[in-house]
Amino acid sequence: MSDSTLIGLHHQEEHHPELLHHFAEAQQQRDAASLGMWIFLGTEVMFFGGLFCAYLIYRRAYFGDFGAASKSINATLGATNTAVLICSSLTVVLAVWAAQTARRSLLLISLVITMLLGLVFLGIKADEYKDKFEEHHVPGASFSFDHVPIPGHPDQYANPRHAEIFFALYFIMTGLHALHMIIGLGLFAWLLFMAWKGHFTPEYHTPIEIGGLYWHFVDIVWIYLFPLLYLIDRHP
Amino acid sequence: MSDHSKSSPLKMYFSVWAALLLGTFITYKAAYIELGRFNAAVALIIATVKALLVALFFMHIKGAHEKLLKLVVISTVFFLFILLFLSMADYGTRSWS
Repeated sequence: MSDSTLIGLHHQEEHHPELLHHFAEAQQQRDAASLGMWIFLGTEVMFFGGLFCAYLIYRRAYFGDFGAASKSINATLGATNTAVLICSSLTVVLAVWAAQTARRSLLLISLVITMLLGLVFLGIKADEYKDKFEEHHVPGASFSFDHVPIPGHPDQYANPRHAEIFFALYFIMTGLHALHMIIGLGLFAWLLFMAWKGHFTPEYHTPIEIGGLYWHFVDIVWIYLFPLLYLIDRHP
Repeated sequence: MSDHSKSSPLKMYFSVWAALLLGTFITYKAAYIELGRFNAAVALIIATVKALLVALFFMHIKGAHEKLLKLVVISTVFFLFILLFLSMADYGTRSWS
């Protein structure tokens, strides 16, 4: 191919420096990035789905024991964390909007608030875990859940072995969720750095968009974890 | 996309945010009311409405012009349904013997 044809090809459109050569236009590149993120989120749904499936099977099998174990978790902290994550999802959409409309300070502030809310979430989670360690509710050698009545059956005690399965699921599911939060904080620290360097424009802000998709997904997982782990059998 | 960017979506974002907080409050309060077997149903219905609000409005599935994206989302939900529904159909019908 001669130099003149190359120039001719590139001349068709004003090339944004972020537009990779194998994409015809910026819109196609954005769509490809977001499609890839959605496929990744699909694998994440199946990943957490397996754990939710395990939860449903054992909840059905050890119904009362799960109720008794769930009652020992602090539901108010769980509800607070749900609200914290919902607020962080709002600041994420504000960040995406700010990037689309070239509002630099709103973008930076939104990213910082999102990260702060993520840290608040992890702090509350750590406090919750501390309670569980102190109460010996962590599965393992020092686990103890003796003489805890089953909700609705005050004359029956929960089977500690069955309650231990609830706490194993509780720690695995909330722990993996917290790991996703930590990864999200890392991603957002990078986004904040890039935004601060002025890397994002209304034409190019794909990392903010797909980072936001990830954050919202982690929020959706929590939206299901909260009622399933914290709110079963709360009523007197 | 250019049609949407003309009108500011901020009002929609704040409405969805308020609806999500309201949903969280209702789930929390409803859990302390005796509804029998409907406690779990109410909690899961509210959670699903909240998840849909986040996916449709915050993750912009509503208004997405890319058909492949919708295919990926629908397949994800479909395979999750197979995982959960068929497993529960198995475990739910094992006490016959």
